[in-house]
Amino acid sequence: MRLASYILSRLLQMIPVLIGITIFAFLFIQLLPGDPIQTMLGGKASPEAIEAAHQKFGLDQPLPIQYLLFLRNALQGDLGTSITQRTLVSGLIAERFVPSIFLLIYAMIIAMLLALPLSLIAARRSDRLVDHTIRISGMITISMPAFWLGLLLILLFGLTLDLFPISGWGDDFLGHIHSLFLPAVVIGLATAPVLIQSLRSSLLDTMQMDFIEAARAKGLNPNRIMIRHVLRNALIPMVTVLAVNVGWLIGGSVVVENVFSIPGIGRLLVQAVLTRDYPTIQALTLVFGILVLIVNLITDLTYAVVDPRVTYQ
Amino acid sequence: MQSSTHPSPLLSIQNFTTEFRSSGGKIVANKNVSLSIDHRRILGIVGESGSGKSVLCRSILRLIPSPPAYVTEGEITFNGRNLLALSESEMQAIRGVEIGMIFQDPMTSLNPVWRIGDQITETLRVHKGMGRREAREVGIDLLRQVGIPSPDTRFDEYPHRLSGGMRQRVVIAMAMACKPKLLLADEPTTALDVTIQDQILALMLQLQEEVGMSIILVSHDMGVVAETSDTIAVMYAGQVVETAPTEAIFNRPKHPYTLGLLQSIPRIEFKVDRLVPMKGQPPNLLKLPKGCPFAERCAFASPDCIETPVALREVEPGHFSACLYPERLA
Ligand SMILES: Nc1ncnc2c1ncn2[C@@H]1O[C@H](COP(=O)(O)OP(=O)(O)O)[C@@H](O)[C@H]1O
Ligand code: SF4
Ligand SMILES: [Mg+2]
Repeated sequence: MRLASYILSRLLQMIPVLIGITIFAFLFIQLLPGDPIQTMLGGKASPEAIEAAHQKFGLDQPLPIQYLLFLRNALQGDLGTSITQRTLVSGLIAERFVPSIFLLIYAMIIAMLLALPLSLIAARRSDRLVDHTIRISGMITISMPAFWLGLLLILLFGLTLDLFPISGWGDDFLGHIHSLFLPAVVIGLATAPVLIQSLRSSLLDTMQMDFIEAARAKGLNPNRIMIRHVLRNALIPMVTVLAVNVGWLIGGSVVVENVFSIPGIGRLLVQAVLTRDYPTIQALTLVFGILVLIVNLITDLTYAVVDPRVTYQ
Repeated sequence: MQSSTHPSPLLSIQNFTTEFRSSGGKIVANKNVSLSIDHRRILGIVGESGSGKSVLCRSILRLIPSPPAYVTEGEITFNGRNLLALSESEMQAIRGVEIGMIFQDPMTSLNPVWRIGDQITETLRVHKGMGRREAREVGIDLLRQVGIPSPDTRFDEYPHRLSGGMRQRVVIAMAMACKPKLLLADEPTTALDVTIQDQILALMLQLQEEVGMSIILVSHDMGVVAETSDTIAVMYAGQVVETAPTEAIFNRPKHPYTLGLLQSIPRIEFKVDRLVPMKGQPPNLLKLPKGCPFAERCAFASPDCIETPVALREVEPGHFSACLYPERLA
C-alpha cells in the first residue's frame, strides 16, 4: 500500500540521522579529558579492572573500529554498565522509561484537555474579555518555574490537603494516575498556554476561510460549524506544535521528575550527571536522540493520516 | 415588475441599505437597492468589481456579521416573510434549504478535509434528517446530475483531487441538495477557464429548468448575464442604476452606465475576455456624492446631475432607470 511504502521510506531516511546520533554519543566519551576508562571507572579502579575494560572496549584499536564495536554492542542492547549502580545501563533505562513516558502522555492529555475548550472559547469571542483573561492566565502559568509550581502544589495538595502523594509513581495503573497527577498538571500547565495560543490563531485563520462562509450558507448551526468544520481544519497544524513541544517537554520533565522524585529517565539523567556516571549519560544521550526521531516520525505519519492533501512520496 | 403566473414575486428587496462602519468612516456598500425576482426566473446582477453585488447576495442570506455591517433601511421579503426580521435560528432553516448559494472560487469554497459526498449531503442530513445510507444515494444522484463522471467513487474523494470546473459542479450540487427555491450564484464562473465557464452556465440553466427554481446570477461580465437572464439589474457604486427585461436592456438601455457596459461586451469573433473598460473610477463609497454617482464619468451629464439626488424611476413599463435624463440616450 502507499501508506506502508511511505512509512518504509521515512524509516530509511532516519538511518543517516541515527548514525549521526550514535557517532555523537560515541565521541562524547572519547572527548572527555584523560583516559576514558579511567574516567569511566572512577579514580579508585584497580589496574586489572582498567586493563579488562580496555580489552572489552577494544581501546587498543583505531577509532573507527572502536566506533563499530560500540555500535555492535549498542545494537545487541549492551549500553555498558553503570558505574554507580553496578548494573547494566540498558536494564536501568528500560525500567525508568515507563514512568517517564506515562508522565509525558498524561501531561499531554491534560494540556490538550485544557487547550481544546479554552482556545475554542477564545476564538469564538476573540478580543473580548474572556479571550484576554485566557491569554493573561496563560502568561502567568507559563512564567511560573516548574520547580516552584511543583513545590507549591506539593505543599498545598500533597502536604496540607493530603490529596496526592508527593513522590513516587504508584503501583498499578490507578496508582500511577493518582501519583502522577500533580507532576502532570505542572507540565500540562506549562504546555497548555502554548497550545492555546497556536490553536486560537489557527481557529481564527480557519474561520476566515471561504468554506466556512459556505458552511454558514448551508444553514448549519454555529456549534456544528465550529467543531466539524473549523476545528477539524485548525487541528492539522497543531500536530507540528505538539511535536515541537514534546521535544521541549522531554527536557522539562527532567526538572519535574526530580521535584516529585519520580523514577524516570529524567531523574536518572540528573543522578548520572551528579555522580559522573558516564556510561549512563552516554546511553541516555542515545535514547533522547532516538526519542526525538520517533516523535518526528509519528508527526509525519499523523499528517499523512489526518490531512487528505498530504501525498506520500 | 414582471408578469408571472404567480401573484407575488419570490424575492423582493425594497430600499435596502447596508453600511460598513469602521474608524475610517462608513462605507455605504448597498444604497436604496430595490429589486425583485419571480418564481422560475433568472435575474442577472451586473456591475464592476466593488459595486456591492456580493454584499447584496450575502445580505439576502444574512451572512455578513454585524459589526461591521449595519442594515440601516429596507426589507427583504422572501416567500412573504421579511428575512431581516427573522431570528438567527429561523434563518438557519432557510439557508441551504430554501435559498442556496454558490461562491466565486471553487478552490476555496469546499472544506479540504471533508469528503465531497459528505459535504454535499450535509444539508440533507442536518435539515432533512436523512440517514447515512439514503443520503449517500441522493448524493450520488446529485453528483450525476451535475455531470460528475463515476459519481459513486467520486463521492468518497477529497476536493483537492478535482479540477476547478469539477469542484464548481460539486459546489452547485451542494447548493442544490435540498432543492432550494432560490439559488444565489455570486460570480460562479469568474474563477474558471473560459471553456469551463460556458459548461457551468449551461449546467445551471439546465438545472434551473429541471428543478424549477429561480437564480440570481451575479457577474461583472455583461456577456454572461445577457446569455442567461430574464431580467437584468445593473449596479453602480452600491446602487441599482437600471433594471429591465434583458431584451429591453440590450435594445433600449436607459442609463449611460449600462450603455458603457454594453459597448464593452467582447464581440464573439474576437473572443476577448473583457473589453474597453470605461474611463474613470467609481466614486469613493466613503463619501458618495449627493447627486448621480455616475456623473463624473458620464458623457451625457449636465451640471445639475452632480447636485440632484437620483432614484429608480419607471421610464417604460417594467423598465427602471436612475438617470435623470434617460431620453438623452435615445
Ligand atoms: N467586510 C467588509 N468590511 C468593510 N467593507 C466591505 C466589506 N465587505 C465589502 N465591503 C465594501 O463593500 C463594497 C462592495 O463590495 P462587494 O459587494 O464585495 O463588491 P462586488 O461583489 O460588486 O465586487 C466594497 O467596495 C468594499 O469596500
Ligand atoms: S443622471 Fe446625469 S450624470 Fe447621471 S447618468 Fe444620467 S445623465 Fe449621466
Ligand atoms: Mg463580489
